[in-house]
Amino acid sequence: MDTGTIIIGLTIFVLACFAGAELISKVPQTLHTPLMSASNAISGVAILGALIATGRPESIDAESMLGFCAVVFATVNVVGGYMVTDRMLQMFKKKKRKKKE
Amino acid sequence: MSIVNIIDFVYLISAVLFMLGIKNLSSPATAKLGNKLSMAGMLVAIAATLASPDMFGYTMIIIAIAIGAAIGGYAAVKVEMTSMPEMVALFNGCGGAASALVAMAEFNGHTGAFANFTMITLLLSVIIGGLTFTGSIIAYTKLQGIISTRPITYPFQQVVNAGIVLLTIFLAYLVFQNPANTLAFYFIILLALGLGVLAVIPIGGADMPVIVSLLNSYSGLAVSMTGFALNNNALIIVGSLVGASGLFLTKIMCDAMNRSLANVLFGAFGAVDDSVADGG
Repeated sequence: MDTGTIIIGLTIFVLACFAGAELISKVPQTLHTPLMSASNAISGVAILGALIATGRPESIDAESMLGFCAVVFATVNVVGGYMVTDRMLQMFKKKKRKKKE
Repeated sequence: MSIVNIIDFVYLISAVLFMLGIKNLSSPATAKLGNKLSMAGMLVAIAATLASPDMFGYTMIIIAIAIGAAIGGYAAVKVEMTSMPEMVALFNGCGGAASALVAMAEFNGHTGAFANFTMITLLLSVIIGGLTFTGSIIAYTKLQGIISTRPITYPFQQVVNAGIVLLTIFLAYLVFQNPANTLAFYFIILLALGLGVLAVIPIGGADMPVIVSLLNSYSGLAVSMTGFALNNNALIIVGSLVGASGLFLTKIMCDAMNRSLANVLFGAFGAVDDSVADGG
């Protein structure tokens, strides 16, 4: 990997860090848990790395087996994470309606 | 424009969707839309990755996704509303494990010499991913009351932890010097797994939601490191996005309890003496 690629990568990293902190700076307390759950689902994006590790080898080897396990784990994180977040937000909406009535 | 350029461009679209998703999730009126946007970002990114010209093992991928979706979906539907934080902890542990496994796969399958930077990020990915995995499992067992919710401490605990950290760094240096040293590499994984357990057991059950949030930030960081190791922009962007927002959210949660993060992490040791975690 050449130095230029590393610098570009680090630039992306630093800018995305600031964006991440800025995006959630005004979150109300009621949304702390759903937001945590949602960003947990997003961290399941590790699935991209897992797909690459599984799909790249042309035959089944140690790399693709490890990748296979990684895809299973990451999919649990993504699917479970989004479904749980959705359930939380659904309850949140119902509660609010009751209060208004 | 090559297919690789197109994939990178689609990754950019997915990163924007994730950012809009997080933004919308921080307001009650738009939270549901935010979750959908971030789902769309995930689907777009997965589709782009699968479209890569050097993908072969589609059968294995489909089987793995089916297994993972079945487990994750079942767990998400069955879980009680009151047990949400521990479910999030478990899912987060899975994410950490995935990052560590991807780094292990890369370590195994890499052909030719490792670039220094790649090696460092690979090691960080294994270490952070591994400790996120076990740390999250301990957080889960504490929230469920399977193990004592009280802070578990023993003499010289911090000395032991510091010793493990130093040993991990030393072994990482050995692997960095000689990537053929697979024994040291696997020993690092064991130490990282142990570190996750040891870092979370001295924290009281009442503080676990904050710890889950912190571990969530770690798994984002692990993803980002994997991104550097694989030279994948989507992983770098989204990983650091989650890493930073997770850390910031942890700080906000601490502030809401009138505590500092240091107090939550080390309260049980009496190093910071007010309102030491009462174990819920």
